[in-house]
Order: sequence, then structure tokens, then C-alpha cells
Amino acid sequence: MSIDLTVVWAFIIAFAVFAYVVMDGFDLGIGILFPTFAVGPERDRAMNSIAPVWDGNETWLVLGGGGLFAAFPLAYAVILPATYPLIIAMLLGLVFRGVAFEYRWRDPGHRRYWDAAFTGGSLVAAMAQGMTLGALLQGVEVVGRSYAGSWFDWLTPYTLLTGLGTVAGYALLGATWLVWKLDGGSQHHARQLGKKAAWATLVLMGGVSLYNVFLNADYAARWLTAPEIYWAAPVPILTAIIAVALIRALSVERHSKPFWLSIALFFFGMAGLGVTMWPYVVPPDLTIWDAAAPKRSQVFMLVGVAITMPLIIAYTAWAYWVFRGKVGHEGYH
Amino acid sequence: MDNLDALILARIQFAFTVSFHFIFPAFSIGLASYLAVLEGLWLKTGKQLYLDLFKYWLKIFAIAFAMGVVSGIVMSYQFGTNWSVFSDLAGPVIGPLMAYEVLTAFFLEAGFLGVMLFGMERVGRKLHFAATIMVALGTFISAFWILSVNSWMHTPTGYEIGANGQFLPGESWLAIIFNPSFPYRLVHTVLAAYITTAFVVGGVGAWHLLKDRTNPHARKMFSMAMWMATIVVPVQIYAGDMHGLNTLEHQPQKVMAMEGHYQSYPDGAPLYLFGIPNDEEQRLDYAFGIPKLSSLILKHDLDAPLAGLDTIPDDEQPPVAIVFWSFRIMVGLGFAMLGVGLWALLARWRRKLYDWRWLHKVALVMAPSGFVAVIAGWITTEVGRQPYVIYRLMRTADAASPLDAPAIAASLLAFVVVYFAVFGAGVWYILHLMHKPPHAHEKGVKRGDKGPIRTAGITPGPTQDPTDATRRDLSGTKQEPQERP
Repeated sequence: MSIDLTVVWAFIIAFAVFAYVVMDGFDLGIGILFPTFAVGPERDRAMNSIAPVWDGNETWLVLGGGGLFAAFPLAYAVILPATYPLIIAMLLGLVFRGVAFEYRWRDPGHRRYWDAAFTGGSLVAAMAQGMTLGALLQGVEVVGRSYAGSWFDWLTPYTLLTGLGTVAGYALLGATWLVWKLDGGSQHHARQLGKKAAWATLVLMGGVSLYNVFLNADYAARWLTAPEIYWAAPVPILTAIIAVALIRALSVERHSKPFWLSIALFFFGMAGLGVTMWPYVVPPDLTIWDAAAPKRSQVFMLVGVAITMPLIIAYTAWAYWVFRGKVGHEGYH
Repeated sequence: MDNLDALILARIQFAFTVSFHFIFPAFSIGLASYLAVLEGLWLKTGKQLYLDLFKYWLKIFAIAFAMGVVSGIVMSYQFGTNWSVFSDLAGPVIGPLMAYEVLTAFFLEAGFLGVMLFGMERVGRKLHFAATIMVALGTFISAFWILSVNSWMHTPTGYEIGANGQFLPGESWLAIIFNPSFPYRLVHTVLAAYITTAFVVGGVGAWHLLKDRTNPHARKMFSMAMWMATIVVPVQIYAGDMHGLNTLEHQPQKVMAMEGHYQSYPDGAPLYLFGIPNDEEQRLDYAFGIPKLSSLILKHDLDAPLAGLDTIPDDEQPPVAIVFWSFRIMVGLGFAMLGVGLWALLARWRRKLYDWRWLHKVALVMAPSGFVAVIAGWITTEVGRQPYVIYRLMRTADAASPLDAPAIAASLLAFVVVYFAVFGAGVWYILHLMHKPPHAHEKGVKRGDKGPIRTAGITPGPTQDPTDATRRDLSGTKQEPQERP
């Protein structure tokens, strides 16, 4: 039996994107929710809960982008010009978000400005990522080997919907992460935020799903006709079960359960997108095989992934383990 | 015409974002290694002084590294946003090398950075030292891969051209990775990063010696930095010479532009020290040079013939003036650094390393010289391979994304405004930290006034033993003086 390396690579890129979305998702979510936290220890603790790990989390974005460049160069070369303003906005948002981690401690006199940069950068990056996803799903015009659409193809009601959905989803991840890492009044506050973000995420996810199924004939066929419906149907059913469990957990849970359920929600959300897009990497024209790098490139990188990925996961897990538990108050215990 | 504007704007944008970005790795590659050395010396000798210096520079490293990360992520997307044709066609060859950079370097740095910055009291000394080593190793591995990519674009080997026009990997990846200019470029660039850091550390040490020549921390950092200047700068000049000979072999017109050789010299070419390149007339105006010296340097023979730009078609010549001058700035600064290194050696021999005020003043002035030399060097090599993006195979003009000029102009403006504001603030904070004298019981990277990251987890951290005085000190639970008494 021969394994299709292009399919393997599609799953590797999907894994990198998923890892980025959930891991930097909670970092960005905390940024989005930051203004609702009280100035002082509450904000400091929220920030401290991610300060040791945000950089590693963000690296998955570089793997997603770099991996796309390496494994599907044509897709990389089409998607980035097609969503140019979104990508630039995302990068600049991440600049503000990233430096705020260091700067806010270095300059107490201007801390509120760097806090605003933290929130603004996170919000812009999240919105831009969600809109980029929407722009991809709604289809990108390709002629030859280049993007052939116009400047503002990426700006539609649908991309605004996917953008808002991503913002809400990241806020959910951030809030549930803080439920896990904080205690006392701050935890209560995070749980309240989590409930609101959960409802917003579910409504927007539903909206995007309905839009996909009812406004796009190609996508509707994948979800609503046999035999596709038999292997596609479990996705929405499981998503619904997780959604109920999440809402219930957010009312009572003091530890990590809402966070893991949020990740599960994202997992099935992404699985749904996978069903929607497959086998296209740039709908409606480029399949993963159209855009794939040659076999030699795929094999060479696969060796690297096979060796390094277990190590990366191991030491990333270790770094999280080192900083496990609730974030302390003011460092004195 | 519109396409030409878009091309120029895209080139300016890439030059701007990559130049700004490289300032931070040039510093953090060297500083990560310096931190590893300091921590290793602390573990070996047990001297508090090394730990103080480690913590002093760790705070600066944290800011520089953050700026390097966020400006680096921009670079990993700039290939696709602004050079999509290049990305599509060269992706199968250079994409995997960049993926290896992410897998073997970026994750390593980022994964261990949190422990390096905040984890000493949680993991113990030895594991913390291991984390510092991993971060330093990560910066080096990152340089390895990205310089392999860059070198391949200068001296492409090991590829095939596919039916769809893509560059495809040939039989051996080693032929791609270890392309002819890569070993030289790697050595030259990594040494440049070490020297850049050494002059920053030396400048900061000199600044504090000028204020208080008895400060033991300032003395130590100044002495260490000057050893680097004395030993590594001569090595770098030799490595640079070798890199130049390699360039002569593979990219002769770049060397012609560096030398200002518009004409061919059949019996010995002069080394021009000064001149105004005139591309239109194809001659060096107001030229002043030393006869035959260029042939001696490049061919090790006074009378060796050297071809000039008159042998190169006009549309394959790089813009001479930029290359000519940036090369002179780099070399001039290199020899000025050599002078500082030799002066420091003399001062050491006469036992006045910590008392020679003029040496300290000059070292202070030279603190940013590494950054200028590094950027000048990159301008020399990158402008010198124009008009090609992949040397002799793909023109820069054919590599750009199908974007309209106003879109690129707007993003360029946004990058300029944001970079100057954000990185200007970061540099200001670094200078502020450097301004504070290093002192005994230096604080580490603490999250503001609230102490380090601590958790109230059920399981106590493995090394939080309150009976161990040193570790208690590290954990920041003891009151520490704000300033040196």
C-alpha cells in the first residue's frame, strides 16, 4: 500500500494550524478580554499565566505559514497576495501584542498604553485570522499560477462573520484558560466571561455553518447528500454534545475542564471545515495535489517532522509542566 | 510604469523589514551565547558576580528577543505577500529548509525561553543552564538554516527545473544546503553577531567604568568583551577575506562593484580607497587608490589580471555606488574594531585596562558599530547580486506578487510607522536598562514589581527548598537592594 504524501502533508499543516489556533488562541483571547480585568494584580496574574509560553505558542503560526510555503508553495503564493491587507494587519497586530509582554513591565508610567496595545493587537490579529479563513472558504480567484482577484475580495459579510466567530472563540479559550489558572474573584470573573464567550462562539459557529451549507452549492453537496452525509454527520452531532457539556461545566468547574472542552469544540469546528474544504487547499480551483511540492521535498521534510515533532511536543509539554498550577498572588508564598 | 513602482516599493519594504529584523538576531545570537557562558562560569566557580551579570543581561535579552520574534514572523510571511512568484517557483527547494528552521530552531528557542527567563527557581540550576544552552543553540541553528537559504539564492546548486517552471530539488539535499557560498557566509555572519554583541557589552562596560572604574561588574564585562574584540575581530577579517574570494569565484560582478572596477585591468588592478561611482559613464570619478593592491588581495599576485564591469552587459550590473560605499563602511568599521581590540591588548599588557579613559570613551562610541557594519555587509551582498533574486536564474523584477503599487505603499507606510514607534520604544527600554549600573544581587527578569511568576500549585516546585539560602535568593523571596549600596 502506498501512502499519498500530499495527504499526509495536508494533515500535518492542518495539525499545525489547529495547534496554533488553540495555543495562541488562548493568548490572544486573554488579550481580547484584558480590558475587563481590574488594573493591578488581576491583570498582572492574567498576563503572567501566559508570559512563559506565548512565544512557543506563536511559533506554530510560523510552522503553519512556513509549512504551507514548503509543502504547498503554490497555495502560499496565492493565499497571501489574495488576503494581503489581512496578513499585514495580522502581522502588525502580533507585533503590538508580542512586545507588550515585555514593555508593560519595563515602563509602569505607560503601562496602560501597552495594555491597550496588547488588547488592540490581539483583537486585530484574531479578526484578521478569522477573516483570512473566511476569504479562503468563500473562494479565491486564480488564473494560471497567480491570484487574479481584486483588492477587496476578502471583505464580505461572510468574512466578517468568520472574523467575529474567531474573536469569540479565542475569547472563550482565553476565559477558560484563566478559569484553570486563576482562583478567587478573578476566577469567578473569568467564568462569567467564559459563559458569554461560549454562547457567542456557538451562535457564530452556527451562523458560519448555515452560511456554508445554504449559500454555497458546492459545500452543501458535501454535507447534505449521501454518501458524504454519513461520515460528515457525526461532526455536528459531537459538536452539539460538547457545546452542552461546556455550558454546564462553565457553571461549576474550578479547574481545567472548560478549557479542554473548548479545545474539543475547536477540534470539531476544524474537522467541519476540513469536510467543507476537502480536497481543496484554495477553493474552488486548487486541490492539495495541484499545489503540492514535489515528492523529494515532501520526503525530506517528513523525515524532519518525524524526528523533531515528538521532541517539540515533549519539551513544550515540559515547559507547561514547569509553570503548572494556579498563578500566584504577587509571587509571595 | 505602475508595475515598476510596485516593484520598487516591494523592494523597499523587504529591505526595510529585513534590515530592521536583522538588528535583533545580530544581537541575540551573540547575547544568548554570552549568557550561556556567564551562567556556565557561575555554575563552575560559584561566584555571585557571574550570576549578577547573567541577570543584568538577561533583562536586556528578553526585550531584544521579543523584538526579534515579532519582526521575524513578519519575514516568514513577506516571501508570500510580496514575492509570491518567487515563493511559488522556489518553494520546493528553499521551503523545506525554512521548515527545518522552524522545527529545529524556532521551537527550541521559544520552548526553552520561558524557563530561561522565569524558571530558575522552579527547575534548579542545572536544568536552567540546560535551557539557556538550548536557547543559545536555537539561535545558532536558526542562523544555519536561514543562511543556507540565503546562500542558495546567491549560489544555487543541486536543483532541477520542472516542467511547470518550478525549481525542484535534485538528487541530494546536501548539494542544496551546502551550496558553495554557504560555509563562508555562515562563519562570517555568526562571527559578526558575536562581535556585534561584544562591542555592545564592551560599550556598556566602558560607560560604567567611566562613571566608576572600581565597579567589579563593569570591569568583568569590559574585560570579557575586549578579549572578544582582540581575538575574534582578526579571525573575522580573515573569514571576510575568504568570503570575498568565494564571491569573486561565484559572483564576480558583485566584487567588481565592491571594488569600483568599471574597467578591466589586464596587469594588476588598483585598490580604490575613495571614488564616486558613475554608472552612466561607467567610470569611477575622483578615484584615489593604491596600484595593484586589489590584485594582490584577490589573487595574491600583484600583476594578476582582473576583469571589470566592462565585461558585463549593462542590464546585469548591480548599482555600483551602493555596493561600493556599503562595502567601505563595513571594512572601515572592521579595521576600527581591530584597532580597539589591539588597544585593549596593549592596555591589558600595561595593566591599565580599567583606567585608560580614552579607551573607555572610544569603546563607548564603538558600541553600536557592529550593527552598522552588519547592515552595511548585508547591503553589500544583497544589492551586489542584483538584478537577480536567484543569481543568474530569476530576476527580482520577475519575482514580485501581482499587487498594485498603492497597496504596497500603504503597507510600507504602516511598517515604517509601527516599527519606528514600537522598536524605538524597545531600544529606549534597553538603553534605560543599560544605563543602570550592574551591581551585586542583580534582580532577574521579574514580572514588574510583583515578583516572578509563581504558582500556588498543589505540588511545590521541585527545588523550592526554603532551607537552601542560594535558591531562596534566586526565587526573589528575599528583599534585595534596589541599587548598589
